[in-house]
Amino acid sequence: MNVKVRFFASLKEQLGRDAQVVSEPFSPSTVAGLRQHLCASDPHFAMALAELGRVRVAVNQDMADDHTDVPQGAEVAFFPPVTGG
Amino acid sequence: MKRSKVLVQEADFDIAEHTRWLRAGLPEIGAVASFLGTVRDMNEASAVKSMTLEHYPGMTEKSLENILKVAGERFEVVSALIIHRVGPLHPEDQIVFVACSSAHRQQAFLACEFVMDYLKTEAPFWKKEDTPSGARWVSARDSDDSAKARWEQGV
Repeated sequence: MNVKVRFFASLKEQLGRDAQVVSEPFSPSTVAGLRQHLCASDPHFAMALAELGRVRVAVNQDMADDHTDVPQGAEVAFFPPVTGG
Repeated sequence: MKRSKVLVQEADFDIAEHTRWLRAGLPEIGAVASFLGTVRDMNEASAVKSMTLEHYPGMTEKSLENILKVAGERFEVVSALIIHRVGPLHPEDQIVFVACSSAHRQQAFLACEFVMDYLKTEAPFWKKEDTPSGARWVSARDSDDSAKARWEQGV
């Protein structure tokens, strides 16, 4: 697996980084699988997600949910609910 | 839809100029409905001195273009546009402009409202306000989710 993970807004600030690369395999290869992998490998990420409450995810720049497949080479972004307009 | 555009930019914009662009050479248009969103000086009982709009370059444009596409499939829209600013903004500044044209007013009104309701919940923008007690990220509103849900229930 080689997935580029990006963070935006308050989540980015809380983590102190805007991106990271996940090269280890995770199962299932979905958004839920990736999130579990990130939480298990970084307690700080798990805490930030818990504090945020609602998190939204995009896979290859399309809004996604837990069941969305994360293909090899994907860009996956985690961010708070949007507040534009 | 015969014409559409999405602009995500730091610079201010002239709504008259963009409304002309929407209509030019399209005599079948009989109605233009538009929405202009601006920066308020108050939010959640606190003064707002300025705000910064963050976005997800690439996904933002993709998401807005898709919203216009869906609006074009759902309503009788002749032309449509979305302009959204990013970066630092101050009270009274223009933030967002949505305009939709149609032969008659009803479809133009509906399309404009549909685009705004989807933009509010789907387009990756985040507002951070600078208030007297410090900077804070704006929380999403449940009323925005329910505004979008109306369209999914086929109203």
